[in-house]
Amino acid sequence: MHNYLIGSDWKVIELMGDTLDRADSVGGIELSRVCQILDGEVICGAEALDQVIESACGCDLMSDVLAFTRPGSILLTGLTNAQVVRTAEMLDLKAIVFVRSKRPDDATIELAKSVGMVLICSPYPLYESCGRLYMAGLCGCQEVETRLQPKVAEA
Amino acid sequence: MLSRDSKAGIHLHYEFEVQGGDFAKAGTASSRVKRILQQIGTDAEIVRRVAVACYEAEMNVVIHAHHGTVVLDADLDSVRVTVADEGPGIEDIELAMMPGFSTAPDSIREMGFGAGMGLPNMKNCSSEFNITSEKGVGTTVRMVFDNA
Repeated sequence: MHNYLIGSDWKVIELMGDTLDRADSVGGIELSRVCQILDGEVICGAEALDQVIESACGCDLMSDVLAFTRPGSILLTGLTNAQVVRTAEMLDLKAIVFVRSKRPDDATIELAKSVGMVLICSPYPLYESCGRLYMAGLCGCQEVETRLQPKVAEA
Repeated sequence: MLSRDSKAGIHLHYEFEVQGGDFAKAGTASSRVKRILQQIGTDAEIVRRVAVACYEAEMNVVIHAHHGTVVLDADLDSVRVTVADEGPGIEDIELAMMPGFSTAPDSIREMGFGAGMGLPNMKNCSSEFNITSEKGVGTTVRMVFDNA
């Protein structure tokens, strides 16, 4: 159905009684794969795409991001101001994905470079960008606690 | 800014100025606070909690006040952050602490802030949280983060 979901370490999982072709990405996925799934363009931080992430958050409300996002996640957002980078910096996020081909201004890009934040630009809208990553097995910040941790404990 | 006391060990004290309305520089003080704590080897989870709470407080100064200061004190036992501003003050602190309550204008909401989550989030992140305010004078937020 979606070929990009099925790789050597990807498998079909059962969720709530239905068989979905959502991949199981226990152990997280690399930022380079995030880029691939989102047809993304790297704005800055191309040297840091080997970082592995376990969770993501899609949100335009920085107040909510600050309250509920797990460290080490990526943020998908439609906002491009400098405060998005500051918010991500405070939370130890690994990357910001700007959706629907939005691009931040030069000052924001410079700020991201200075704090080592990876910036990615995706042509897909927020919902579709999140959906693509979700189907690739990338967890939400709340979900990751229940979905990944028990499996780590079993292993 | 680093003093040594044979009994208390190392104590750090830093102060940063915050300018109301200066959105280009908003977050600079919190970023500095975060770097300092990382450099002295503070636990990563504590650093994150301090950074988030400090940033929320700093944004409040930029959004609502004329001017403010962020004061960082850190020793082996705890990190303390005090953010004091000269500004309009808060009329009803109990109401301001309610999640979702905000007086921020639409221009702030368009930047992703002003959802009324700042003060509750600061309280959640810190071990001790204290806020005092005088209408027409200013607001002071004191936060303590236990190191363990």
